[in-house]
Amino acid sequence: MQQSFSRARGRVRFFEGSSLRLSDTLFRGFTLLLVLFVVVIVAGVAWVLVSNALPTIRQFGWSFLTNRAFDPVHNVYGVAPAIFGTLVTSAFALLFAVPIGVGTAIYLVDFCPRPLQKPLAFLIELLAAVPSVIYGLFGFLVLAPWLQSTGQPWLQRYLGFLPLFQGQFHGLSLLTAGIILVIMILPLITSVSREVILTTPTAQREALLALGATRWEVIRHAVFPYARVGITGGTILALGRALGETMAVTMVVGNQASPISPHFFDTGYTLASVIANQFNEATPGLFFSAVIEAGLLVFFITLITNILARILIYRMGQGRVGGFVA
Amino acid sequence: MSAIVEKRSEINPFQAPRNLHTLRRQVSNLLIVVLSLLATIFAAAVLLYLLLYVLRAGLPYINLDLFTQIPTPNGEPGGGLANSIQGSLIIVGLASLFGIPLGLFTGIYLSEFGRGAIAIGVRFLVEVLTGIPTIIFGLFAWIFIVEPQQTFSGLAGGVALGIIMIPIVARTSEEVLRLVPKELREASLALGATESRTILRVVIPAARNGIITGIVLAMARIAGETAPLLMTAFGNPFFNTDITQPMDALPLRIFNFAESPYQAQVNQAYAGSLVLIFLILLTSFAIRWATGGFKSGSR
Repeated sequence: MQQSFSRARGRVRFFEGSSLRLSDTLFRGFTLLLVLFVVVIVAGVAWVLVSNALPTIRQFGWSFLTNRAFDPVHNVYGVAPAIFGTLVTSAFALLFAVPIGVGTAIYLVDFCPRPLQKPLAFLIELLAAVPSVIYGLFGFLVLAPWLQSTGQPWLQRYLGFLPLFQGQFHGLSLLTAGIILVIMILPLITSVSREVILTTPTAQREALLALGATRWEVIRHAVFPYARVGITGGTILALGRALGETMAVTMVVGNQASPISPHFFDTGYTLASVIANQFNEATPGLFFSAVIEAGLLVFFITLITNILARILIYRMGQGRVGGFVA
Repeated sequence: MSAIVEKRSEINPFQAPRNLHTLRRQVSNLLIVVLSLLATIFAAAVLLYLLLYVLRAGLPYINLDLFTQIPTPNGEPGGGLANSIQGSLIIVGLASLFGIPLGLFTGIYLSEFGRGAIAIGVRFLVEVLTGIPTIIFGLFAWIFIVEPQQTFSGLAGGVALGIIMIPIVARTSEEVLRLVPKELREASLALGATESRTILRVVIPAARNGIITGIVLAMARIAGETAPLLMTAFGNPFFNTDITQPMDALPLRIFNFAESPYQAQVNQAYAGSLVLIFLILLTSFAIRWATGGFKSGSR
């Protein structure tokens, strides 16, 4: 699908005067310049983060990752609780969003009445268009109070034997952040899975149907083996989104480091919420550098997850899935 | 796909199962249908609940003052979000000035000139850029613009949001430029037009609607961004059109008022959210309609 400019140009070159080429060279040069600028920006982001994080990297080294205190008073910084919070909330989000998202995709492709198919898919993609601050507002003003008064006591009554659901009821908690993240990454997983499932060759589906398979058996034996790589890619893409989500999580996670424990009702921190919360208070020096290093960590984590996801999705043989969402 | 739909009707659900094995297969099939239906209902219900809740909480506070007045001091009644709306428009405009040319020309490069390892690298970079959390670009703009200038500014906010626009505009314009038939390019070249003239006068006009769609999509996306503005535009309780000074933005104001202890401000946060959601949903619908997404048949 590469455009055939080079070939076409080769053919007409005979008829062109050399003066005509100048405008082309200028245009190409201008385009290339702007592309170069974009590349420089991305490189600049990485460089700025690394160079400004250097003081804390030098001072604390790896202990920055394992130290539990983020303490401007004693000038000791570590982000272990934030890393813990980031991982726990994202894992929770994936645990629920993947089955719901893939299930929705299966329903939309295979079971949904035809006229409803597109409106429903559009409706779910709209979930991705809602700004993250509005999820935060909803989580802070509606979900958190409800969890504190109703949801968390209920969970403790019936599942309280698990360490996950013990402890005090804080409305703003790792659990609240996890639930908001489920909603936020759901459309991404649905949309990528749906498009990947749609690419399953019809012949394979028909072959299984001809053998007398039920619809579910078709999905399990024809669609899943074909779509697995793409769905995994979409899941990792969603993981990257969850790991880096800032506003909504900052508004509902509580932003108080509690000791690392398996308690889901505790308040917490995530790496991105450390930045959003501390940046404007940060004084020059180690404090500032520590916040930037948190940013550097978020940058690298999301960079790696995104590269991984894109490679998997490329392997599906079609570069662009996710449409408006991804 | 249509063949499958025809086949489905041939499997009669009321046919008596021949044995236990068949029964089990049909039960598990039914189970999956029900579970996947429940998943879909959950996803759709969450969205509808969220929208209706914000509508119910925000609608009573939508009035003329909201669009013409600035916020009152804490706890006093009245006031509006006019400065935030104005600031948002200015910041989105600045971001567009910065992000659209860069995104568009990256798209042109990828579709028209790019081949080989460099193009693959740039394309990969653009895709990966979409997944980087936006607050990172806020940090970048802070270090490059806010710190040297010693003040938060609307300009810094515009630059941060502009970077977010680049990959969105680049991807959509690359895609639509690729859809322009190569016969059109060849016809133009055959008539003696140069390559640059062909691209500017033939290829881009042919893809114009798609490119505009991408731009509008990117603007809708950054209109709701909050995190990078915390450390760049910062917010401002007064009208301000000086882009070198702190500037308010609607999402920023929603964030501040949502956590306010005063109910009047919380109500305004809901009203502001409603305005924001309405604008963004309107844009989504318009884009879907303009690109023919509501017609059945095409995916």
